[in-house]
Amino acid sequence: MRALICCVLAVLASGGVQAGPEEDRLALRKVYEDRFPGVPVEAHKDGVYAIDESARAQWQEIEEFPPYEIAVDAGEALFTEPFPDGAGFADCFDDGAVKARYPLFDEAQSTVVTLEMAINACRTSHGATAWANDAPELTNLVAYMAFISRGQIIAVALPASTAALAAYEAGKQFYMARRGQLNFACKSCHVQLVGNLLRAERLSASVGQVTHWPVYRFKWEEVGGLHLRFQECNSQVGAEPFELQSEPYRNLEYFLSYIANGLPLNGPATRK
Amino acid sequence: MAGEVKIRGRIADGVAELKALIPHDMETGTRRDASGALVPAHYIQTVTCLRNGTQVLQAEWGPAVSKNPFLAFSVRNAKPGDVIRIEWVDNQNGAGSGELVLQ
Amino acid sequence: MALNRRQWMRAAAVLGAAGALLTMSLRALAVSRPAFEATGVDDAIAKLFGGRPVEDSDRISFQIPDIAENGAVVPVTVATDLEGVTAISIVVDRNPNPVVARFVIGPDVVADVSARIKMGESSRVRAFVETADRIYSTGREVKVTIGGCGG
Repeated sequence: MRALICCVLAVLASGGVQAGPEEDRLALRKVYEDRFPGVPVEAHKDGVYAIDESARAQWQEIEEFPPYEIAVDAGEALFTEPFPDGAGFADCFDDGAVKARYPLFDEAQSTVVTLEMAINACRTSHGATAWANDAPELTNLVAYMAFISRGQIIAVALPASTAALAAYEAGKQFYMARRGQLNFACKSCHVQLVGNLLRAERLSASVGQVTHWPVYRFKWEEVGGLHLRFQECNSQVGAEPFELQSEPYRNLEYFLSYIANGLPLNGPATRK
Repeated sequence: MAGEVKIRGRIADGVAELKALIPHDMETGTRRDASGALVPAHYIQTVTCLRNGTQVLQAEWGPAVSKNPFLAFSVRNAKPGDVIRIEWVDNQNGAGSGELVLQ
Repeated sequence: MALNRRQWMRAAAVLGAAGALLTMSLRALAVSRPAFEATGVDDAIAKLFGGRPVEDSDRISFQIPDIAENGAVVPVTVATDLEGVTAISIVVDRNPNPVVARFVIGPDVVADVSARIKMGESSRVRAFVETADRIYSTGREVKVTIGGCGG
């Protein structure tokens, strides 16, 4: 097992001619398939609940009538509010069920565009002010769009450009790099120690980590976005977190989304 | 933050299985905010459930009921067209409600 | 519209029943509020039931996780096949105020309620079921963990 993981990490670390994103994705999937025999890779869309029975039972009870529904309702109302020039989000996002389109690499801006960025770009292009990246309106709208996008298959298409590949690689390097006082990398917990208990937390597999956002974390007692969790993880290893929607986090989201190709969107979700 | 009570229900063998989600902060009064100040207690104390205007259940809560409270219960002799209404009052005299017409 | 005698009788019965329900629940209310403010579990239970005796019962189905995923949201269901249930209560021994919730139910309500509760720490959790003249109880030890990633 350890030999396999080291081999996979070497493949991921090489980043050169030998291994491309597709090789990375398949190698990482293999790690989780071998580590959790009998658990289909797609099951990791449920994060830790794919590998923890008692937690799963409690989670399913809550999902009977989950608290994020309140955010989804608020988001639905926001989706139909007109902009100053009379247009609305529908002019940018059709019926709103477009979460699977993001994140994408925008060649013109030469950067990864997340749904949150696209929402604000839509607003400003129609005379409305952009929402702050931690604004509840933004989170609620993303919650609504995630909800109606459920079931869509993640299919991040890496454009054949050096800039897009560089963004993917930057995200991958972030995932691999140790940081903070505890000197952990994302891979430390989510590859090398995946499935183990960290105090009372069971560490989840990265292959399904982006599918279920935004998340109602009981710890937050409200819905929060993926980058908020990145910030929390970084802080928890004693590293300085980056800004929400900053380039490092957008690249990380891009990498993780590519790794999740083939898995269905299933957000929003509750988590502890 | 509080909003309208969401109620879901289905009739099975004449019994209405009801589930409700009530948007409410349910502050215990022991939590501190970012500045270190105590957030005042703000929680639902009474929940009344009515079927066609008649009370069928009354709940009394303390602040240890979870935020955005969930409640599930079942009512016998239910018929399509029955109106289920849930009302709540909190310790700051705030109130809210929600309704569902059973199908 | 004029009601015939049968309709009057039925209307009176319904109003009477509703009135009785209301009176019953108001009386129940008068007992409960000081119980919610009590801080020790023995005192809380005494206040909840006016010192009346409580007996263990194995006819109460008490669904609550052995290890709660998160102390802020612990799903719990109390159900029983005992007849004539008038109220169901939930008490968490080690909460600052042990009495968490009390559900007063009318005759048409199935004795089966679910809620989500907060637990400050690992504790015994008790469910109480009241009938017209008796009070039954059961309990479980529930562990509450601190999250490993600092919570």
